[in-house]
Amino acid sequence: MGPVQRINGWLRAVPAWTLYVAGALPPAWLFYLAAIGRLGADPVKGLERQMGEWALMLMVAVLAVTPLRRFLGLNLLKFRRAMGLLAFFYVLGHFLVWALLDMGLLWSQILADIVKRPYVTIGMAGLLMLVPLAVTSNNRSIRRLGAARWQKLHRLTYPAALAGAVHYIWLVKSWPLEPFVYLALILLLLAARLKLPTGTAVRVPAAKAGRL
Amino acid sequence: MGYRFRTDLKWSDVTPKGVFLNRRQLMAGAAAFGLARPAMAKIAAQPSAYSTDEVPNTLEDITSYNNYYEFGTGKEDPAANAGSLTVKPWTVKIDGMVDNPGDYGLEDILANVTLEERIYRFRCVEAWSMVVPWIGFQLSDLLARAGIRAGAKYVAFETLMRPEEMPGQAYPILDWPYREGLRLDEAMHPLTILATGLYGEELPNQNGAPIRLVVPWKYGFKSIKSIVRITLTDKQPPTSWNMQNPREYGFYSNVNPEVDHPRWSQASERPLGAGIFGGRVPTRKFNGYDEVAGLYAGQDLAVDF
Ligand code: HEM
Repeated sequence: MGPVQRINGWLRAVPAWTLYVAGALPPAWLFYLAAIGRLGADPVKGLERQMGEWALMLMVAVLAVTPLRRFLGLNLLKFRRAMGLLAFFYVLGHFLVWALLDMGLLWSQILADIVKRPYVTIGMAGLLMLVPLAVTSNNRSIRRLGAARWQKLHRLTYPAALAGAVHYIWLVKSWPLEPFVYLALILLLLAARLKLPTGTAVRVPAAKAGRL
Repeated sequence: MGYRFRTDLKWSDVTPKGVFLNRRQLMAGAAAFGLARPAMAKIAAQPSAYSTDEVPNTLEDITSYNNYYEFGTGKEDPAANAGSLTVKPWTVKIDGMVDNPGDYGLEDILANVTLEERIYRFRCVEAWSMVVPWIGFQLSDLLARAGIRAGAKYVAFETLMRPEEMPGQAYPILDWPYREGLRLDEAMHPLTILATGLYGEELPNQNGAPIRLVVPWKYGFKSIKSIVRITLTDKQPPTSWNMQNPREYGFYSNVNPEVDHPRWSQASERPLGAGIFGGRVPTRKFNGYDEVAGLYAGQDLAVDF
């Protein structure tokens, strides 16, 4: 048994719900640190940025599931829904920190920023695209929509992730490397989905790979 | 300088009592363990009528949250990396349209001025703000000593260029060395100071040691740090952020709630130090230093932003 198969074996023993628990811990810890004044001189920015960064990481992780399976045979499919929902809740948390703590619920400025500031507009677009995905991330919705339509809808993940990365690039003051690394990763993971000439990729037998 | 209004405000009058006591205990403790360097001895400074009576941020806030890209772009980077900077000896070259050009040693500069404590509001272009108890002297005093020649219209400043000690200078984030500039009347305004201390002690490296500019009615990036050169000139000097992005950072960069940064609003700001529910307060034109308004009479500040 190769290492990938062994990891797949271990992962079979891990129930997907553990991811929700694990995913709730970092924000809880972060808010705790902020509340007791251990997040530096600007705890609001600290919360906002960390939640944004983690959200983007989760989106990259979601996008990595298919290529990892396709090229390495690593099967993380059963965790994908949890990762996607966590990404949504992190973005939502990021947005709420912004609206409640950063903007202090100044509605006129909040609305002005959403329509006037391109980086906020595009972030908002990313959040709105994630809403229908979060709402339909359950078996009932898959049955109701039918697998094909559900899959088509969930391709919104791609523009949402791109929106997140572009949002990040648009908000920085100089040209640090990090936002570009995220954009490059996302583009790479999207490119990995393109249909390759047959025989190029290490294909996993369809039966084993399941849908998508 | 007898004309300057003096009050008998002391540190204990403006520092929150708890903070003040804590700091004294800390310093006493440090001294007991032989940790206090002579440099940490309190600097004698006159109180100033230009000080705000707002409560300053803690030393911890002021020294742990800095924009000083020579030491990294993260807010915590300068506190982590600036310790390596050698600030002694230090000379400032004063040149250009002056009667007495030359290399001025920092001790020599300080021997000829009266240090004052100036508690100023500090408004960052990123829409957060602090209150900082600087120790410094009026830039006008130093310029007068250098002798401003007729025809000089601007003052240009330059930060130290020393990549061995300033790791951020290895990256072309800005066109190093950092450069800033003021119009001569702005430079001569009594609110404009060169700061060499903070909270009664020498300036920590991450705050721009050993000598930095403080122009409280402009966004923080105008207040250039670790100055090695001051040049009087008749042309508007190039300035770092303006060179990097002229659309977003103007030469004047006066705090102005009516002129937004292209990517975010400047109408309000978050005063730091108030915890996560501190919220926002409206930003005031010229950061509340209305006495400078006259400098810009007749100028459209949306154009000259
Ligand atoms: C797909 C959705 C989104 C993603 C992936 C995302 C991600 C990020 C990331 C990675 C950062 C930078 C973190 C850092 O500097 O380390 C950030 C910052 C920020 N985001 Fe988002 N974001 C999203 C949506 C939103 C929305 C909906 C809003 C508000 C309407 C928003 C407002 C902000 C703000 C205000 C900042 C901080 C800017 C600053 O540093 O001052 N974001 N976001």
